[in-house]
Amino acid sequence: MTEQVLTVENLAAAYRKNTVLHDIHFTVNAGSLTGIVGPNGAGKSTLIKTILGLHPALSGKVSFFQSTYEKAKRKIGYVPQRGSVDWDFPTTALDVVTMGLYGQIGWFKWPSRFHKAKAYESLEKMGMADYANRQISQLSGGQQQRVFLARALVQNAEIYFMDEPLAGVDAATERAIMAILKELKAAGKTVMVVHHDLQTVRDYFDHVLLLNRTVIQYGKTDHVFTKENIARTYGGNMRWMGVENQDGLPSIQQ
Amino acid sequence: MGSLLFSSNTQWVLLSTTILGIAAGTIGSIAYWKRQNLMSDALSHAALPGVVVAFLLLGEKKLFVLIIGAAISALIGALFIQVIHASSRISEDAAMGMILSIFYGLGVMLLTISNRIVSGNQSGLDKFIYGQAAAMVKTDVFTMLFLALLVILIVFLLFKEWKIYLFDPVFAKGIGLSIKGMNIIYTALLVTTIVIGIQAVGVIMMAALLITPAVSARYWTQSFKMMLLLATFFGGISGSAGTFISAYGSGWPTGPFIVVVASSIFIFSLFFGKEKGILVRHMQFRMHQKKIALQPPGSRQREWNK
Repeated sequence: MTEQVLTVENLAAAYRKNTVLHDIHFTVNAGSLTGIVGPNGAGKSTLIKTILGLHPALSGKVSFFQSTYEKAKRKIGYVPQRGSVDWDFPTTALDVVTMGLYGQIGWFKWPSRFHKAKAYESLEKMGMADYANRQISQLSGGQQQRVFLARALVQNAEIYFMDEPLAGVDAATERAIMAILKELKAAGKTVMVVHHDLQTVRDYFDHVLLLNRTVIQYGKTDHVFTKENIARTYGGNMRWMGVENQDGLPSIQQ
Repeated sequence: MGSLLFSSNTQWVLLSTTILGIAAGTIGSIAYWKRQNLMSDALSHAALPGVVVAFLLLGEKKLFVLIIGAAISALIGALFIQVIHASSRISEDAAMGMILSIFYGLGVMLLTISNRIVSGNQSGLDKFIYGQAAAMVKTDVFTMLFLALLVILIVFLLFKEWKIYLFDPVFAKGIGLSIKGMNIIYTALLVTTIVIGIQAVGVIMMAALLITPAVSARYWTQSFKMMLLLATFFGGISGSAGTFISAYGSGWPTGPFIVVVASSIFIFSLFFGKEKGILVRHMQFRMHQKKIALQPPGSRQREWNK
């Protein structure tokens, strides 16, 4: 039996007026690579934030490694949306990656040469070694995303949550990021990724979590990512490409 | 003249306004990246009623007593800003504008009343509007020095924490940094810097001393550490040079001169700043223009296709 790394029971969350998430139940096993898929406003980012306690939960229980978030904090890595930070902030790529080590360094202490070396190694892995001392404001969107990923890698977590790491990046960056995600999975880590491109879900993820305010279905991609389930998730506003093919690639018509 | 400048009291005052400028530069850099420049303006104005009330209640003009009054009133102002912003559709900067004018108006009103109660202008509290460093006595100077050094120390001790708090608070929270705690420390340091400065610099000018050195430093560097150091340097120079100049005239207010020096540094940075200065940008633009002009049409395309 594989280890359960994340259990979510009866989770609910809201913003000012609207309940965004309700009745969320699912269990994630170690070593899985999950795509969180759903329409805009389905609560994908909110789900991640609520699981991580960055957004208040109205009800429910989340456990990591059969323990609490507080105890498992060191084993959890988070990659926020690229647009969530101020890229004008005067700092270098290496510096941002080093931030991933702040938890290990301990508060009130300064990072040592050892930490810098570790951060550099992680940048190298993302193909960003040449940009280590570059200002983050001078990086392209794809490069910024790679820096964010390098910061997550350096945390050496067991479970990763990534909020749209593939949004607005070019093909080369997308390939580089996916290669790393598959490497993480091969190393037995668990990865959960908010993803938008339905065309690539099958190639990228072995598990899919279909979300629209609540979990429509969660499980192995082959079982879950079916026409019916996708239609249920997106509310039926779908136009099917290549209808003659049973596994035709879905696309959305709004 | 010389005897005035080198009298021991002036030296102490000079030292304290220098340290004040340094403290203002450091915490101002943090406010700059928290995108809360108006906050320092609002809080320094909000400190005025507290100064007058503390004086009326305790009848003392010691800086330490007035600082406590100022701090309480500034914190109430900060709280109001937050409550207004959180519980209504009024935006944060509008809330700051409201608190700024309401508290300042209240402060001026109380000042008028206190001037009536204490015969004539005996209270001398109106000095708190424009600041008069020379009016400080030695205990005031020590109070100010101690608190300013404390602010500087805390900012530099938490350097790494400020960086992640300002750049990516959500991630910071994820790795266990208490954002609420950092908010409290930030507000406490900001209010402390403001209230210790109100006697020397005055409530109106204090905001400029907080904002201007940080903004000037931004024109020179692309590193947060350098920006912090430069802002302390610019702040320190503004504080000392402003005090020095104001010591030439008897009864000259200190605040305006400090601000004039800080603004001069800003104007210089605006034009000549290494990173974002107008002149440097213009030169870079011209250089690129020339490069393009030198190349025959189409040659760039060929270069790219290689």
